Amino acid sequence: MIDTVNPIIAPENLIYAKSEVLLDNIMHYCPGCSHGVVNKLIAEVIEDMGIQQTTIGIAPVGCAVFAYNYLDIDWQEASHGRAPAVATGVKRLLPDTFVFSYQGDGDLAAIGTAETIHACNRGENIVMVFVNNGIYGMTGGQMAPTTLPGMQSSTCPFGREASRDGHPLKITELLAQLPGTSYVTRQAVHTAASVRKTKKALRLAFENQKLNKGTSVIEVVATCSSGWKMTPVQANKWMEENMFAYYPLGDMKNE
Amino acid sequence: MRNIDKIVNDMAKARGAVVVDSVICKGCGLCVEACPTNTLQLAAEVNDKGYNYSYMAAPELCIGCANCGAVCPDSCIAVYRAKA
Amino acid sequence: MKEIKLMKGNEAIAEAAIRCGADGYFGYPITPQSEVMETLMALKPWETTGMVVLQAESEIASINMVYGGAGCGKKVLTSSSSPGVSLMQEGLTYLAGAELPCVVVNVVRGGPGLGTIQPAQSDYFQAVKGGGHGDYKLIVLAPASVQEMADFVDLAFDLAFKYRNPAFILTDGVIGQMMEKVELAPFKPRWTNEEIEKNHPWATMGKKQRKERNVITSVELDPYKHEDLNKKLQAKYRLIQETEVRLEMIACEDADYLLVAYGASARICEKAVEVARSKGIKVGLLRPITLFPFPTLEIKRLAAQVKGILSVEMSAGQMVEDVRLAANGVVRVEHFGRLGGIIHSPSEVVEALENFFLKA
Repeated sequence: MIDTVNPIIAPENLIYAKSEVLLDNIMHYCPGCSHGVVNKLIAEVIEDMGIQQTTIGIAPVGCAVFAYNYLDIDWQEASHGRAPAVATGVKRLLPDTFVFSYQGDGDLAAIGTAETIHACNRGENIVMVFVNNGIYGMTGGQMAPTTLPGMQSSTCPFGREASRDGHPLKITELLAQLPGTSYVTRQAVHTAASVRKTKKALRLAFENQKLNKGTSVIEVVATCSSGWKMTPVQANKWMEENMFAYYPLGDMKNE
Repeated sequence: MRNIDKIVNDMAKARGAVVVDSVICKGCGLCVEACPTNTLQLAAEVNDKGYNYSYMAAPELCIGCANCGAVCPDSCIAVYRAKA
Repeated sequence: MKEIKLMKGNEAIAEAAIRCGADGYFGYPITPQSEVMETLMALKPWETTGMVVLQAESEIASINMVYGGAGCGKKVLTSSSSPGVSLMQEGLTYLAGAELPCVVVNVVRGGPGLGTIQPAQSDYFQAVKGGGHGDYKLIVLAPASVQEMADFVDLAFDLAFKYRNPAFILTDGVIGQMMEKVELAPFKPRWTNEEIEKNHPWATMGKKQRKERNVITSVELDPYKHEDLNKKLQAKYRLIQETEVRLEMIACEDADYLLVAYGASARICEKAVEVARSKGIKVGLLRPITLFPFPTLEIKRLAAQVKGILSVEMSAGQMVEDVRLAANGVVRVEHFGRLGGIIHSPSEVVEALENFFLKA
């Protein structure tokens, strides 16, 4: 009833709406999941750049396995960790397309470490989107390569101990060292301001691909409220207080 | 009747408006948190999926900043802003 | 004007890949097949046909690069040898599940483990029964000469695209390393992107003006839909079994005993047939050219004619299981083969035949 009498709700006043590159499928992600925001931002960048017809996404194994149900572009679903190799095959054979991999921390920084590092080291002309929430979401909250020291998960129920479980892997810092990468940044999507910054970073990464500048890596420090057993709002707070200290935001490389 | 008059009167002060697709909304509350003017709240009622969806509890406060839309993981928010 | 060249089997694979219009090769060095990538790199096809050649960081990466390229409707291949092909099994089951055409060459060496760099045929099970998880089949071709190494690359691509299925060339260190004369096929142009879009509308090349996006995937969480997908795959494999069996028969018409052998073993058995016949034993040879689909019906027919069948493989006895299934108890089926990289001699084969079937 209220909507019908609100004169502001008129087409000429619309300033923000769902991207046309997003399909109508309801996302399978949990309430408050950062994946939804990152999926949306990629869709918005693709729409803004007018590259929907020439973009090919490589979906991972993990929570984003069904990312291809949300963006209305061509997709390939890779096996766990192999998205950078699949992206390499696609981009080498179709150099005029835009190719991005979309991967979580287990996919990119554990099982697929070799594929990640070597794609970056060859300077594959692709965008790698890395969503780091410090946990395996899809399989039910197990320890990830990026799980923080002391952080609990179902496979380190008493907290991660470096002496037993190893240290959280700052793979993005590592990738920034490789001459093949041109743009390496760490962003977040917990506030409106950070969302806008991440969108800018994604835009720059896709623009870099147009200029054949090599690999762009966009890490997004993210929440997993289900895996962390918090509300989405609590998870954002916890991330700010704990994750950002270990994974500081900002550009590591921009050449 | 008087109630509607008051709402329409308050509308005149508002600079923005938010439309939440309450069918898709998962009630995560991130938009409520991101709203600088406390326009949005989670409804006491639930949608078909059982989520307390977000809605404009105080439409007169909306400034049309679109922060809610930016943080929404489910792309279920449209934002309108009155032209100056 | 015929183009005839003396070359190694591995070199023939590389030369044939360029000539048949392949778009990409992704590989990782391993003995005894490294000449495939070495030859490609030396021939620099990216300057002539535009074919991409890339050395990957592992076989896992190379098979997934193949997945990426195959998903774009491109003609892509990789080659390796046994331990490397073990690493590729994950990629192969994904390729089969996503119904992607590609060509994979295994120049088999002896295993298990790091094994030996000497030739063997001990990866038959892995190739024919499906080395990865799930119910799937590869189309498996078994060349027995350098000429066939060259010819089967083009054939494998044809079959792979005809059925949207990975095609596998199962060969061995003998065929890969030996030199023979090869009549090279003329160059075929690579497909243009427009041709691929038209002929392979499933390919992910960017959405272009298509209404529906293309998605290459092997995941389906709805069990009913997933059962349907599996049934569709099985129907395809049955069609391949009915349509694509290839084999060669040597001296089978009057044979009392039958040798069944593929690849290098078949070459040895050709000589064994001569040796046996010179001794008055009427032996024939059936050489499966396709290992999947397996020439089951032909073996079944011959099983009714002969007094014994000997499956000869450089393994502990893998193909013999399929030969037994084909003979279905009608006649005795035995296996002979050397292990560990040793190649049996024709006289050893004849001796084995005599020991199994001709001694009281």
